[in-house]
Amino acid sequence: MSRPPNHLLKTYAILLLFIAQKAAGNLSLAWGMKRLPENPGANPLAYVQAMLDPFVAAGVVALILALLTRMVLLSLADLSFVLPVTAIGYAVAAFLGKVVLHETVSSRRWAGTFLICVGAALVGSTPRTTTIVEDKSS
Amino acid sequence: MKWFLVAIMVAATVLSDVLQSHEMKRAGEQSVGARGLARLLRAIVQRSFLMMAIGCMAVSFFSFMALVRTEPLSFAVPASAASFVLETLLAKLVLREHIGVRRAAGALIVLAGVVLVGG
Repeated sequence: MSRPPNHLLKTYAILLLFIAQKAAGNLSLAWGMKRLPENPGANPLAYVQAMLDPFVAAGVVALILALLTRMVLLSLADLSFVLPVTAIGYAVAAFLGKVVLHETVSSRRWAGTFLICVGAALVGSTPRTTTIVEDKSS
Repeated sequence: MKWFLVAIMVAATVLSDVLQSHEMKRAGEQSVGARGLARLLRAIVQRSFLMMAIGCMAVSFFSFMALVRTEPLSFAVPASAASFVLETLLAKLVLREHIGVRRAAGALIVLAGVVLVGG
């Protein structure tokens, strides 16, 4: 079930877009939540109010776009392919947490990040799709 | 209570992803341009399984939020990684994906990494 090379390029381009959107969304959300004057705690209204913060709002928008992009990715590749390769986002989050938010990243977490990259590279070297599904789109 | 929340979160995540994968393959190739996203949104509204998938995602999200209110993130993140194993199994059994040795090994290495990152 090999697909033309442009599908390969499109799949990886969308994968990169998803990882970037997810990382930007999480970073913006974390930054915005840390800027809030009070901890929202368990109050749902406080979370709605938090959305007024431009960083929180931008983070939510980026995460919604990431959700849609992941759905596009699932139209191009197997679930068993998408799951491990998108886990690379954990590595990006650790890196951005360290560099941008100046969070402490333990050696255990870096080791996990390394394993995720190795595993994702291994899965990334397999065919993106192994099933034939009848296209029933209108 | 914490294991109940973990079970709800994992079940909802697995169901959401399997439904999404099944329906997105049936919907055909999508794209990320403005017209592509409009087409995708139409597909979501028209396909009840995709609406169910989004509902499951919301259940999973709120279960996770409830879990991290009482349990440390170092428990919640590795616990959520259980969905990874179940989804790979269901991808083979339900979605009929071919999971060769390389893909299975890679998925297990990623799983180990996720558990370390969360721990």
